[in-house]
Amino acid sequence: MNSDSKVTTSPLSSMSTPTDPDFKQQIQAICGENVMSCYQCGECTAGCPAAFSMDIAPNQVLRLAQAGFKDDVLTSSAIWLCAGCETCATRCPRGVALSKVMDACRQISVAEGKVAKDQRNVLKMHEEMLRQIQTFGRVHEISMIAAFKMRTGRFFDDVFAGIQMFLKGKLGLIPSVIKGRKEVKELFDKQ
Amino acid sequence: MTSSSGEWRKRTQSAPLFEKGLETKRPSHWEEAWIQTPLSLRERVGVRVKNKDYRMNYAYFPGCSLESTAKEFHNSTTLVASALGIELAEIPDWNCCGATSAHNLDHELSISLPARNLGIAERMGMDVIAPCAACYNRMRSAEVELKVNRALRDDINSKLEKKFTGAITVKSALEVFTQPEVLAAVSEHIRKPLTGLKPACYYGCLLVRPPKVMGFDDAEDPKSLDEAMKTVGAEPIDWYFKIECCGASFGISKSEIVAKLVGDIISNAKAHGANCIVTACPLCMTNLEMRQAAASKLRGEDLSMPIFFFTELLGLALEAPGIKKCFASHLIDVNPALDLIGKEPVADGAAV
Repeated sequence: MNSDSKVTTSPLSSMSTPTDPDFKQQIQAICGENVMSCYQCGECTAGCPAAFSMDIAPNQVLRLAQAGFKDDVLTSSAIWLCAGCETCATRCPRGVALSKVMDACRQISVAEGKVAKDQRNVLKMHEEMLRQIQTFGRVHEISMIAAFKMRTGRFFDDVFAGIQMFLKGKLGLIPSVIKGRKEVKELFDKQ
Repeated sequence: MTSSSGEWRKRTQSAPLFEKGLETKRPSHWEEAWIQTPLSLRERVGVRVKNKDYRMNYAYFPGCSLESTAKEFHNSTTLVASALGIELAEIPDWNCCGATSAHNLDHELSISLPARNLGIAERMGMDVIAPCAACYNRMRSAEVELKVNRALRDDINSKLEKKFTGAITVKSALEVFTQPEVLAAVSEHIRKPLTGLKPACYYGCLLVRPPKVMGFDDAEDPKSLDEAMKTVGAEPIDWYFKIECCGASFGISKSEIVAKLVGDIISNAKAHGANCIVTACPLCMTNLEMRQAAASKLRGEDLSMPIFFFTELLGLALEAPGIKKCFASHLIDVNPALDLIGKEPVADGAAV
């Protein structure tokens, strides 16, 4: 059958053992979504615009989470390639907001240091963005992209587009800094 | 003024959650200031609509994109608003909403960052208008969560100078400009109908999803933008990708994914006969403009397509003063589409 080839390439078949039966509770504690509601209809995968680039399909993320295959979810590229467009959450017949589950998995993955190697760029970009907000209160594109390039070594990506945007006056050199920076910084501090 | 603001605070603190109809009770000093402005000055600011049967004022949240990469969205929104007599007062000292990064990495931060802006706006006593679809989505999500989750609200409010109690709501520019009374005013004051323009109305993901939170338009087949385009005389096409995602924040970190998605979107718009794409989201605009070349290469077809913000086209139809300056900062030349406007009768041979 054709679907067999799909299964053998997915980590589902190369799985060792479930690593954490409490994974679903951990997800629920963070985002409030019950992954056990999912009955694997596959609507999320069918509508997902980024599914083509993922190593495991969105519905498989839910299935793995149900069965406690924690490491396989946390080290997957799928959780980082979700664009958060909420198509899955809108269409799920069981009302599972997979986009929120993905957020929770990302947070657990960062906390446990299990981010997939080839997806660290996504994490670095998000971190730089948050650092911008923490320092200035707003995002300053030029310094964010410069910092991102410094951290990833991808210096020459989109240089032309960047110059074009700069010439159109779309990238300001001076960051706009807010007065309430202290207040914003406090929001970042966790007690 | 001091007594009225005290009263206002008392009222907002006792206001039941999700209560509608607060608009009528708002303190009206912004409105009064506007009314006191001499008519000649108001004309100069570009007010086209007189004797309008609505009074609207909003706390304006531009967001980081509208300050930089999408400054034409900021300019056109303010121009159209002033042409329609909708008053916008920028939220003083606003901060970034946290965008995708905050809700990917820290749930509480994705609520608390918008909460600060909501607190300031609530003190202004006005509903928030957030033109950027991502800001709108984040602020609306935060608003709904803060209204429902009291414990979280108290916790976040304890860190904030200006507290959010749940008396105001967040609207997108699309929601504000497509209200029936506003569209009626638009159709009355059109100076240049956009006949000949066949836009593909592209909503993207964040404007209408998730429907439980956004509560605006249809999540699978939204029509508000199409309505607005019909009002100004354009003929929006029927196509399949109006709510598909453009890849959003992957524009920087995963540009190959964005190129594929952009290719799908523009190719489908072209196949259905569109001569431009209209959007209400700065992320969609940046991706659709920046990745056009890469998408063309990827699909092996010519995918050059002018992209507009819907406010630019509204402004063009109303001939809001200064609207044409917005087109200069587009990365993709929009003149091929602008040249088509009003050209159809010539093609028939009826006009000379």
